[in-house]
Amino acid sequence: MNAFTYIEPATIEEALATLVRHGEEAKLIAGGTGLVNLMKQRLVNPGCVVSLRRLAGLADVNLDDGKNLLIGALCTHRTLESSPIVREHAPLLAEAARRVATIRIRTMATLGGAVVHADPNQDLPPALIALDARVKLRSPKGEREVPIDQFFTGYYETVTQPDEIVTGIAIPPSARTTGSAYLKFLPQTADDYATVSVAARVALNNGTIADARVALGAAASTPLHARVVEDALRGQAPTRKTLEQAAALVGAIVDPIADFRGSVPYKRDMAIVFVRRALGDAIAAAGGAVI
Amino acid sequence: MKNIQVRVNGHPVAREIPDHRLLVDFLRYDLGLTGTKEGCSVGVCGACTVLLNGQPVSSCLALAVMADGGEVTTIEGLAEGDRLHPLQQAFIDYGGFQCGVCTPGQIMASKALLDANPHPTPAQIKEWMMGNLCRCTGYYKIIEAIQAAAAEKTEP
Ligand SMILES: Cc1cc2nc3c(=O)[nH]c(=O)nc-3n(C[C@H](O)[C@H](O)[C@H](O)COP(=O)(O)OP(=O)(O)OC[C@H]3O[C@@H](n4cnc5c(N)ncnc54)[C@H](O)[C@@H]3O)c2cc1C
Ligand code: FES
Ligand code: FES
Repeated sequence: MNAFTYIEPATIEEALATLVRHGEEAKLIAGGTGLVNLMKQRLVNPGCVVSLRRLAGLADVNLDDGKNLLIGALCTHRTLESSPIVREHAPLLAEAARRVATIRIRTMATLGGAVVHADPNQDLPPALIALDARVKLRSPKGEREVPIDQFFTGYYETVTQPDEIVTGIAIPPSARTTGSAYLKFLPQTADDYATVSVAARVALNNGTIADARVALGAAASTPLHARVVEDALRGQAPTRKTLEQAAALVGAIVDPIADFRGSVPYKRDMAIVFVRRALGDAIAAAGGAVI
Repeated sequence: MKNIQVRVNGHPVAREIPDHRLLVDFLRYDLGLTGTKEGCSVGVCGACTVLLNGQPVSSCLALAVMADGGEVTTIEGLAEGDRLHPLQQAFIDYGGFQCGVCTPGQIMASKALLDANPHPTPAQIKEWMMGNLCRCTGYYKIIEAIQAAAAEKTEP
């Protein structure tokens, strides 16, 4: 690892000013699990590392008046999996967090780091897409919100600008008849990245699928929002055949890479299988049944 | 260089370190606490597990400057004088301790588990400990040792 200067701002204004002062030389650090590994491999060599750890309030979890779930960027995966508010209002996110790596990584790695790291094999991004999450960013120019499915632009790339800090995530409330499921296919070891992962959320209304969200990890160069599958489900009765036909549509949009976890055709087939299973589980969690 | 102050195994420590010093190197080379081992260096094997402010972390991924003002517990901090910590004793009694490379990390991870959940089920032990690799396939002995320590059993 190359030497760098470590800076620990006490306020977010100070942190933003530090980013402006150091420009491209600066890198933010939260849990460090992504950045330190990249620095050790000398893939990222910042002259200055700016820590977020003193920024008060960025680790909070709250519900606002509109019942939006607001989660600060410094919340760890461990908090996401164990927080009663997250488990009640976004069980999909709690479940995805629980499936990340090992306890040692989950105590360190943060929500903000999980989205900005932007490895398409990660677990939280598909869950956040299925939850219609919005990413909150702050720069010296002000604040903005980006829908999570427009946040990722490529392998390890997002819309985050060098002078921006992700301050948190907002998740809108789900209808009461909504169920969700997160499936992580792990044929190798339990602490591995997914061979394919699927987050699904289904809202039922009088026995039909009112709306659905489906997103995949490890399936393309970015987390994949499977809108074609959602379109095929909306307004349909949850029959076995409907789920099978809708899930099959994902085969045309996944673009996985071949690696030790499997070939491209294998991963494509597994994506179809796991989309179908996740939809079935989400329908069951919504109190429905596949007919 | 940065001046940091950390409570290590209950003792206040102040040192001047390079900004990019890793916590594992700070413990081993600056403080001489070589009980903590480095295996994979990328957060996978668990050999370097220590408690940072009570939480299990991979010290190979942590910057020492980020422990400033905090508390670190290593394997050297568990025994009281000559009396081993119940987990250390159980690892010996139940054959969970076969080598010095993975054991410090296994015991620190177990300590964090019992601190968070004093009476874990075997399934909870497996889920928590899955990130601490042992290449002698001593896993069942390790699980038994943790169960024994949780039950405060001393003899196998
Ligand atoms: C051994 C190992 C196993 C893993 N297994 C999994 C797995 O199974 N599933 C999974 O999903 N992930 C896995 N990961 C990846 C892990 O999820 C990420 O490393 C982690 O989420 C990054 O979060 P962090 O807080 O540690 O970020 P850091 O390492 O501190 O930062 C990562 C990147 O995000 C930027 N950043 C951090 N916070 C902010 C912010 N608030 N605003 C703007 N930019 C920010 C940093 O500048 C850096 O570029 C694994 C990692 C390791 C080391
Ligand atoms: S050496 Fe740190 S986890 Fe392997
Ligand atoms: S006892 Fe250490 S590797 Fe097995």
